[in-house]
Amino acid sequence: MKLKKRDYSFYIGAVLTALIVLLVIVGIFYTPYDPDAMNPADKFAGVSLRHLMGCDNFGRDIFSRILKGTGTTLLIALCTIGIGAGTGTVLGAVTGYYGGVADEILMRFNDAVLAFPSILVALVFISIMGSGKYNVIIALGIVFIPSFARIVRGEFIHYRNLDYVQSAKLMGAGAVRIMFVHILPNAWPVLLSSVIIGFNNAVLAEASMSFLGIGVQPPDASLGRMLSESQAFLFSAPWCALFPGLMIVLLILGFALLSEGLKGRY
Amino acid sequence: MLDVVDLNIEFHDHLIPETVVYDFDLHMDPGDIVGIVGESGSGKTMSALAIAGLLSRHDMQKRGQIVFNGTELLTCERAKLRSLQGNEISMIFQEPMTSLNPVRKIGWQVEESLRIHTGMTKTERYEKAIEALSDVELPEPEKVYHMYPHELSGGMRQRVMIAAAVICKPKLMIADEPTTALDVTVQAQIIELLKRINHKQNTAILFISHDLSLVKQLCERVLVMYQGRIVEQGETEQIFHHPQELYTQNLIKAIPKIVRNFEMR
Repeated sequence: MKLKKRDYSFYIGAVLTALIVLLVIVGIFYTPYDPDAMNPADKFAGVSLRHLMGCDNFGRDIFSRILKGTGTTLLIALCTIGIGAGTGTVLGAVTGYYGGVADEILMRFNDAVLAFPSILVALVFISIMGSGKYNVIIALGIVFIPSFARIVRGEFIHYRNLDYVQSAKLMGAGAVRIMFVHILPNAWPVLLSSVIIGFNNAVLAEASMSFLGIGVQPPDASLGRMLSESQAFLFSAPWCALFPGLMIVLLILGFALLSEGLKGRY
Repeated sequence: MLDVVDLNIEFHDHLIPETVVYDFDLHMDPGDIVGIVGESGSGKTMSALAIAGLLSRHDMQKRGQIVFNGTELLTCERAKLRSLQGNEISMIFQEPMTSLNPVRKIGWQVEESLRIHTGMTKTERYEKAIEALSDVELPEPEKVYHMYPHELSGGMRQRVMIAAAVICKPKLMIADEPTTALDVTVQAQIIELLKRINHKQNTAILFISHDLSLVKQLCERVLVMYQGRIVEQGETEQIFHHPQELYTQNLIKAIPKIVRNFEMR
């Protein structure tokens, strides 16, 4: 069987993503060292067999922290996208399908939220609710809603007047059925692309929030947190930044390739 | 079965209200085939959409009555209307290329009415769908069942539409120019198919077209519409051979006739 280019990206992406997910699952049950245990003797220990990826400024094993931290980052990104895409899709579907006054009001509200930089909005949420893993998820989730709502709404406005939607209406299908069974699968390719872009943005947003100190709080590990902690000694101990950075790249790359391949199958 | 009395449709989405259908009256019994002819913009599709319950309820005012088997379609609850749509009243559209959902398989779409209106199991639905697909004379219905719309030709898609429309054995089928987008030979086949469905299931058909020759082949009664009004109605024979109104006369005169020219070499 001859593989097409899209198939290659699908398989490479699938393998990468599967590997990362496997690492995360392993990280839940087993890490070579306690990811939070400080050991002054191993401070800035280099890459060795004892510490596969070296140690950071507190002598914590980076490999163990990456196992835990990738899980945290993945959890935050997935939940953020779940909240953002889920709510955004429902909002966009309803406003796009019905139109009218509700549409106008919700979309103007949407515009208002979109007008602020997302980090700023997240910052406001965090300062109200306090920081921590779950608040980051909620804050980023809310920030991600408008863009999804807008995209899905556009799709629904296009589809709602098509003949097959009319025809479904005439078969007696209710509004909910038409929206989510008849129209949504048509909007799926567009939605999928935005989910991927959103996922990558969520990983980066988590990193920047942790960098600003309003994201994941120490001693919790997340890839963004580790990256920001290590930037002070980028030259003296480059492995501290290299491995978390590499992990972010692999995470995003794997997911992007996977989705690229998936898109080709639709 | 169907009684439309003094139907008026008026749009209010512009500054000046615009009436598109005036005093539309229609009576149909089970098994009737009635044609509505008229030029573009004469209000025939609007009347049909109103009967099908597809006109949105805001932005327009509808006066009159549409009574289908004792239910007043213009004022009844939406849930009641939905329970009739697809089950008792169905409709096929002009453009077979766009009236099937591109991401769903043919079988799924044919079954949709059953899924909404009956509690049939998957296998029962499958059997019904295969039966409907073979009723509309699609070759290899089992194969077509698993195909996507883009794999079918226009004529085949229109057959699929008809299969989806008749699967619940509706009492009334509205066909809004179902053959306009098809070529002439396929048109004739579709007309034959509609006739057969009418005989077999006693489905009344409201056939909307601007193609007079098709209406003549299919319909027992004809309504002629012009500028939102019914100008003439009666038996097909009578309308075509002894039209009373000037507009109808002109319309009939405009049917192209094939005159053999024997002097051509």
